[in-house]
Amino acid sequence: MSHDHSLNPETMPQEPEKATHEGKNKFLGLWFFLGGETVLFASLFGTYLALRNSTADGPSSQDLFGLELVFIMTILLLTSSLTSVYAMYHMKNNDFAKMQLWLGVTALLGVGFLAFEIYEFAHYITDYGFTFRSSAFGSAFYTLVGFHGGHVAFGLSWIIVLMARNAKRGLNLYNAPKFYSFSLYWHFIDVVWVFIFTVVYLMGMVS
Amino acid sequence: MANNPNTSKLKMNSFQRQKKKEEMKKQVISFALMIGFTLIAFGLVGFSEMDSMFLVPILLILAVVQVGFQFYYFMHMKDKDHEMPAVMIYGGVFAAMLTLAALIVITWW
Repeated sequence: MSHDHSLNPETMPQEPEKATHEGKNKFLGLWFFLGGETVLFASLFGTYLALRNSTADGPSSQDLFGLELVFIMTILLLTSSLTSVYAMYHMKNNDFAKMQLWLGVTALLGVGFLAFEIYEFAHYITDYGFTFRSSAFGSAFYTLVGFHGGHVAFGLSWIIVLMARNAKRGLNLYNAPKFYSFSLYWHFIDVVWVFIFTVVYLMGMVS
Repeated sequence: MANNPNTSKLKMNSFQRQKKKEEMKKQVISFALMIGFTLIAFGLVGFSEMDSMFLVPILLILAVVQVGFQFYYFMHMKDKDHEMPAVMIYGGVFAAMLTLAALIVITWW
């Protein structure tokens, strides 16, 4: 099938991710999935908003959260969103090496984000004794933020496998939709994070 | 665009390359704006003494605008052939709003 379509900048279609039937299906399928993810995260956000004041005399959001850490994490994830845009730009110009480079930068920024999140959770648990079982607020917080962190971890393993599997193949119409699907998923993770830093952290510090 | 069949492909490529470059410039501008919104949001929480009655709606509006940039520019929802993605996402947003409204109202008092 499309495995053997080797492309050069002259023969590359304008939108390689949607040039094949399979690519179009992947594109629509991933958006369908993201619509479902929106609802999934909405239920976790709703649960968090409902339970955020039920601290059971344990630490509250004002006791726990600090602006600096969350700001660094936000910048890391936001920048990784831009670097994956750069990767897709090079994909559309059929520059495989540069696409891999930018995807690598994206993955590194994602790893940095995840490391800060693990540090944050460890800090809450060891310094404040704030765990999943501390209070309803604790359960809702770790479920919501942890689910997002889990999505980051899944996205990281996805892109690492994708980059390694296709490292010697180069770009073709078979794997272009796969890279594009990843980039959409990664942007969506950033969308969820925007609401997490606003609703959980910033709103948790003012009210 | 040239109509000469021998040069049209080459011209086409440089034309499209140019278009992609302009597109990329827009993406970088969106990124700068998103960073700006983030800075404003963190700055308001960190340095202003605003009442939370006003602050919370402002924070939420900043988040929604930033997410709009993410969807329409970074995820290309502004481009053509994105009707179905819009249907899926707005369908998801509709169900999300119902879920949020239900869970917030049930614990309001």
